[in-house]
Amino acid sequence: MSSDLFRADLTVVNVGLGNFADAIDGSGGTVVRTDWRPPAGGDADAAIAVAALINDAGIDAANEIAFAKYLAAQPVLQGVGRAGDSLPGMGERTITHSGPPVAWDEMCGPVKGAIIGAILYEGWAADEAAAGSLADSGEVDFAPCHHLNAVGPMAGIVSPSMPVWIVKNSDAGNMSYCTLNEGLGRVLRFGAYDGEVIERLKWIEEVLAKVMGAALDGLGGIDIKTIMAQALHMGDEVHNRNAAATSLLIKALIPPALRSGLDQSDIAAAIEFIAGNDHFFLNISMAGCKSMLDAAHGVTSSTMVTAMSRNGVEFGIRVSGAGDRWFTAEAPVVDGLYFPGYSMADAAPDLGDSAITETAGLGGFAMAASPAIVQFVGGTPADAILRSREMQQITLGRNPALTLPALNFAGTAAGIDVRQVADQSVLPIINTGIAHKNAGVGQIGAGITHAPMQCFAKAVRWLANNRAAS
Amino acid sequence: MTDLHKIFPNMYRDSVALMRLSAEATELPGIEMVSAIMATEANMALLAETGLLNGAPEAGPNDLLLVIQGADEAAISAAADYIENALNDAPKTAGDGGGPALPHSIETALGLAPAANLALISCPGAYAGAEAMKALRLGLDVMLFSDNVSLEDEVALKTLGDEMGRLVMGSDCGTAIINGVPLGFANVVRRGTIGLVAASGTGLQQVSCLIDALGGGISQAIGTGGRDLKSEVGGRAMIQGLRALAEDPGTEVIVLISKPPDVDVAKRVMELAAACGKPVIVNFLGGTGDAANLEEAAHLAVAAAKSETADLENLPRHSLDPDAVAKARAVLGAGQGCIRALYSGGTFAYECMLILEPLLGTVWSTLPINPDGLLDDPWQSRGHTVIDLGDDIFTRGRPHPMIDHRMRGERILQEAADAETAVILLDLVLGYGSHEDPASEMAAAIGEARDIAEAAGRWVHFVGFVCGTDNDPQNASRQAEMLSDAGVLLTASNAQAARLAADIVGDGP
Repeated sequence: MSSDLFRADLTVVNVGLGNFADAIDGSGGTVVRTDWRPPAGGDADAAIAVAALINDAGIDAANEIAFAKYLAAQPVLQGVGRAGDSLPGMGERTITHSGPPVAWDEMCGPVKGAIIGAILYEGWAADEAAAGSLADSGEVDFAPCHHLNAVGPMAGIVSPSMPVWIVKNSDAGNMSYCTLNEGLGRVLRFGAYDGEVIERLKWIEEVLAKVMGAALDGLGGIDIKTIMAQALHMGDEVHNRNAAATSLLIKALIPPALRSGLDQSDIAAAIEFIAGNDHFFLNISMAGCKSMLDAAHGVTSSTMVTAMSRNGVEFGIRVSGAGDRWFTAEAPVVDGLYFPGYSMADAAPDLGDSAITETAGLGGFAMAASPAIVQFVGGTPADAILRSREMQQITLGRNPALTLPALNFAGTAAGIDVRQVADQSVLPIINTGIAHKNAGVGQIGAGITHAPMQCFAKAVRWLANNRAAS
Repeated sequence: MTDLHKIFPNMYRDSVALMRLSAEATELPGIEMVSAIMATEANMALLAETGLLNGAPEAGPNDLLLVIQGADEAAISAAADYIENALNDAPKTAGDGGGPALPHSIETALGLAPAANLALISCPGAYAGAEAMKALRLGLDVMLFSDNVSLEDEVALKTLGDEMGRLVMGSDCGTAIINGVPLGFANVVRRGTIGLVAASGTGLQQVSCLIDALGGGISQAIGTGGRDLKSEVGGRAMIQGLRALAEDPGTEVIVLISKPPDVDVAKRVMELAAACGKPVIVNFLGGTGDAANLEEAAHLAVAAAKSETADLENLPRHSLDPDAVAKARAVLGAGQGCIRALYSGGTFAYECMLILEPLLGTVWSTLPINPDGLLDDPWQSRGHTVIDLGDDIFTRGRPHPMIDHRMRGERILQEAADAETAVILLDLVLGYGSHEDPASEMAAAIGEARDIAEAAGRWVHFVGFVCGTDNDPQNASRQAEMLSDAGVLLTASNAQAARLAADIVGDGP
């Protein structure tokens, strides 16, 4: 026993029956009450795995390194490139999708639809039926965006000809990529693939990408964290609300675009397109978050989450110290707020790489910054602040570069620790859009969802079984 | 099915707020669907697609459009009122979010109180081992109140505790007193110089309360859990406790309490005790030791603390003189010869059997000291029966009898209705965690039991004792008075109560 237990004042952490705490309080002892709940959502086996990982000097040191790399990351939007030329490992017949790996047969409606759209866009097949057969033939390589240093919202489809944002972490040098946002309505990322969708994709490739590329060349890059930090002070959480960040982006891009010497009507069309799409910054936000988190990935023994992502079938997480493994569980259907005429029955299970924003401490983790999003969590700013504070309990630290005015400018909670998620049974909160389960219908709602506990339970079990000898 | 379309001109609300409001109103009785939207072109197109726009009035992007589908006019009008009220409501004031939330884990609790030095764990057994391991890894000593922790896990925890220099009290450690602070089911006893280490919760409570009654005081009382002195566990907690008390300047006398330990473990403990440099009084119930029972252990300890010699020979047998015993015996009918002891404390039941069996022969129980005395049916007494109603057999799905007296009350009535019952023996355990007024519960059951027996022309004796102190929340004197008023023959200890019961039904003094 601790040599000073009889000499020190007794301070008791009470886990369980509340009246034991009352007794200590009433008799001169000091007691810290807990709102204990079964760890890992009631997974006793995972609870033991967590116990084996708690207060481990090796893990804590590894997490410190991973978190420091995340904090030090400086994602810079450098330019626009062709996916096939930019994404490492992308072959001329590769199509990426969001979330953990999934086979064609098992993909959800919107992802299948978007893949057919990408095949038509690439011209690999002449019509829907031929595109479906090609996808089914095994001649197209499907891979998660994450495996190619990329992220994609919703279906997350990237094919070789698509233009992608190129983001470089100027601190560590790692690269990350994301497509250009197509806007709302009938769009590829929700699985739509009609002529209008393909035509828009072509316009993005031929006009928008060119204008953006020229503007960024003129600027010499844009610091993504700076825009995020400002947007957080303007009511965005840069996942479900990007109105401010999009405005800041376009403000920066217009002068160099006008000076680029490109066709004025193309420039005008590009600016109009961005001005009509409050979500335009989302894909840049995602690539920026991916950039920060990839920097933190691959630190042996670290229990920091470096990706949370969904493919419409499974929810998966990756952990810094667990290599390229995914820890997966069934993707939940989001019990959110639905557009008129739609309900949960119409929804695809949770979909998209955009939870990379929450992984980086934004989105749901920065809810306190975004009063407009607050309605999803009970309505008052106080509720949002409570959520943001709750996330502080499961994270390794705060990001001083990304501050929340409503929390007295505290840095946003970041660096999800799988141990803490499992130990406290507190799940990371995610702001999300909801896709219709059928290809091409589009967004039918939005709401709050949580990463399934099973992902974290699997991760702590793996980490406990594969702990580096300390 | 009826529709309602209503325009609120130039009223702007955020779309998320409107979706939330719509969702709420859809829950109202008789409502199929509610949609409150800003009438932008995109929103109107969406409504048109879902067929909800049929018959809608003209509206512009700055107008709020409300569409309700419901079973009848009344339901729709109620929902419309609901929405209208909500739209006109003053904005919700920002509260403080309900104050700081309680921590959900030991580690986060430590973040709030870095000086914490002990974890008291009473969560369900399936998770208790993991919680204890976390506490140890975080540098805390542990009291593991939870039961249903496997023996294997207990050994692992105590081994880890040994490695880390941390104490693991438990599992199934019901009580402890550290630095004067009662933990779990503990009594409020005077502080003093006597340190206890007990593998029995009620044993610890009985000895500490008797020491208090005899004018002595407790420095520390360490529980080890009932399995600590099994060979697998090796007495790890008792040995640690013994060493700690030997080093503790506030402790002058040490008392060790356990049910019969493993022989090798007992030997090891006795050797360490002999070499520890302080007087050590041992009561291994039914086994080796200086004290034959808990009461003797208390007397020996108090005497040792005063550097006196205890006069065990002259301890009272019980509270009645031979004449009173004879009178009590005289009111019993011809067929009334049996003791029915209904305990809430397991060690009391065990000690009682140790006292009764030599005097009366076979004692029946769910946990008999003599295997021949195993009750076939725990719910049906036979002959002299001693049961611990706190045993898992009885508590499955019910609260412990120290907390809820209903089960024991029912069993009292059952025994009173049995023509063989002469004496019903009861313990009344006070202290933190126990029922706030157990004597009044018992008195009510005793009154009913007497009515049952009297209606059958019998008198049943109640013999009992109070394990507690006047500083306990329930006040031992007041509780004793209530039992006395209910006609219970009270003794100072469990051993005395057992002997009194035996004397009433037997032919002893």
